[in-house]
Amino acid sequence: MKRSLTQLDIQENGIDDKSGGWLSCFPENFTSLEVLNFANLNTDVNFDALEKLVSRCKSLKVLKVNKSVSLENLQRLLVCAPRLTELGTGSFMPELTGRQYAELETAFNQCKNLNTLSGLWEATALYLPVLYPICSNLTFLNLSYTFLQSLELASLLRQCPRLKRLWVLDTVGDKGLEAVGSNCPLLEELRVFPADPFDEEIIHGVTEAGLVAVSYGCRRLHYVLYFCRQMTNAAVATIVQNCPDFTHFRLCIMNPGQPDYLTNEPMDEAFGAVVRTCTKLQRLSVSGLLTDLTFKYIGQYAKNLETLSVAFAGSSDRGMQCVLEGCTKLRKLEIRDCPFGNVALLSGLEKYESMRSLWMSACNVTMNGCRLLAREMPRLNVEVMKEDGSDDTQADKVYVYRSVAGPRRDAPPCVLTLSGL
Amino acid sequence: MEGGVAYENDLNLKETELRLGLPGTGSTIEKGVSGARNNKRPLPETREEGGANGKPDAQHDDQENAPAPKAQIVGWPPIRSYRKNSLQPKKAEAEAAAGMYVKVSMDGAPYLRKIDLTVYKGYPELLRALENMFKLTIGEYSEREGYKGSEYAPTYEDKDGDWMLVGDVPWEMFLSSCKKLRIIKGSEAIGLGCGA
Repeated sequence: MKRSLTQLDIQENGIDDKSGGWLSCFPENFTSLEVLNFANLNTDVNFDALEKLVSRCKSLKVLKVNKSVSLENLQRLLVCAPRLTELGTGSFMPELTGRQYAELETAFNQCKNLNTLSGLWEATALYLPVLYPICSNLTFLNLSYTFLQSLELASLLRQCPRLKRLWVLDTVGDKGLEAVGSNCPLLEELRVFPADPFDEEIIHGVTEAGLVAVSYGCRRLHYVLYFCRQMTNAAVATIVQNCPDFTHFRLCIMNPGQPDYLTNEPMDEAFGAVVRTCTKLQRLSVSGLLTDLTFKYIGQYAKNLETLSVAFAGSSDRGMQCVLEGCTKLRKLEIRDCPFGNVALLSGLEKYESMRSLWMSACNVTMNGCRLLAREMPRLNVEVMKEDGSDDTQADKVYVYRSVAGPRRDAPPCVLTLSGL
Repeated sequence: MEGGVAYENDLNLKETELRLGLPGTGSTIEKGVSGARNNKRPLPETREEGGANGKPDAQHDDQENAPAPKAQIVGWPPIRSYRKNSLQPKKAEAEAAAGMYVKVSMDGAPYLRKIDLTVYKGYPELLRALENMFKLTIGEYSEREGYKGSEYAPTYEDKDGDWMLVGDVPWEMFLSSCKKLRIIKGSEAIGLGCGA
C-alpha cells in the first residue's frame, strides 16, 4: 500500500465488490488520503472502517460514498470531516428520527467549504431542506440520481445562486428547467439525463421548451448534454443565439431519426445554427433526422471541432467525407448506424493519422474496405469486431487509431486486427 | 444534397436506392433505422452494457406489420452502464413493492394461507417460512430424490397448470411461473421422491 496515496477514485468503474472489506485494508497509520470516491460501488462497505479512515485522514477534501451508506451514518462522517469541499452522499432515504434530522442539519451547517454535492439517492423533497445551509456556496450540484419534480427542484435552486454546473433527471420537466433559468445566472454546464430512457410510452421528460428557458436565463452556458423526446430547428437556433459560447453541445433526441416535430423537416438547420454560431465548439453530438446537409454545415463551419458523435444520420458517403475534409481539428469521430461506406472510410486516409480515433459501427463498411485502409496506412491500427451471424464481408464494428507501438497484442478473440498484408 | 427526397412519412429509401445495409443482405440494419422513422418497432431485445456503440438487433419480416412495443436498440440512448444500473432498480423496486402474493394450501388444513414470494431471496428462505407457517418439516431438497425423508413436499402450480416440485428450476424462473403453492404430505410426497 502506497504510504502517500492521496487519491482513490473508483467512480467510473462498474465494480462488483464481493467482500466489502477493502476499506479495512488501509493501515492504521495511513492518513494521507485527500480524495476517496467509491460512489458507484455496488456493495455494502464496512462503515466502521470507513469512519475510522475518514477520521484520521485530516486532509480529506473529497468524499463520495455509495448508496450503502445511510443518512444516519453520513452524519457521522460529516462530523469527522467538516473541511470537505466535495461530498457525495449515500442514500438520502428519509428515515431519520426528529433528533437525527436535527443532528444532520447541524453537521451540514459545519461544512462551510462544500462546493460540490452529489449522490442523493432516493432523496425526496422532505429532506432536501437539510442541504440548504450549504447551498449558497455550491458550484456543482449533481441531482442525476434523484427523482425530483419541478417544484422540488425550484425550491432547492432558489438556495443555489452560485451554481455553475447542474446535473438533473428529466423528471424535473420543462418547468424545472425554467427554474434553472430563473435562479442560476452563473450556470455554465447543464446535463439533463432521462429517468426512463427505454420507455417510449412516457409522455413526460423535457422538451425543447426547457432548454430554451435555460438559455434565456443562463447566458454563460457553454456545456450542454440534453436527452429529450422532441426538438425543433427553431428552438436550437434560439438556444445558440442566446448562448453562443458553447464548447460542448450534446443533444440526444431519443427516438432515432426523429424530425423537427413541428415542421416535420430534418434537424439539419438546428445543427447548422450550432456550428455557425458557436465558433468555439469542441464537442458535438447530433441526433434526430439528419441528411448530408448537416455534415456539410459541420465541415464548413466547425473549425474547432475535436469530437463528433453521430448516430442514425446522414444520407450518403458525402456526409462523412464533408466532415473529414472540413474539420481540421477533428480528433475523435464516432459513428453508428449511418449509411457511410468504404468510399467515406477511405476518403479519410491521411486524416486518421492526425486523429486520435475513428469508430464506425453498423455502417456500410466492408472487410475489404478495412483491409485496404490497413494496407494504405501501416501506422494505423485497424480493428474489426464482428457480430454473431453477420455476413462475412461486413465489418460490423471498426476501430481505427494511430499507433507507434504496432498492433495490440492483448486483444480479445473477438477483435480482428487487420494488417496491410 | 438531398433536395429531391420527400420527408413525409419515411425516406422511401428503396426508391432512392439508398440502403442502410449491404446489397443483398437481409436488411437487418435497414429495418432498424427505417423502422424507427416509420414508427414501426423492431424486436425487443435485452439491453447491453457499455457505451454508445452497438448495433440494432436483427429483425424478422413478419414483425414489420405487427404493432410491436418499442424495442430497445443496443446502446441507445447512449447512457453509461453505471447510470443505467443506478436508475433501473427504481422500477424494479416499485414492482417488488407491490408484492407477489400466492395462496398456500396444505392437505388437511382448514384454511389456506397467503405469502408474498418477493420477500424471499431463494428456496431455503421460502421453505423455512413454510415450515414455520405450518409447523412442519419439509426436509432437504435434492435433484435426484426431491424431498426425500420428509413427510411433506412443497409443490406449486405453474403457468401451464401443471403441479411441479418446488426447487427444480432457478429461483427467478420459479417466481415468474408460480401461481399457487400446495404442501402435500404422506404417500403422495414419497411418491414424488421416487422420480415419478
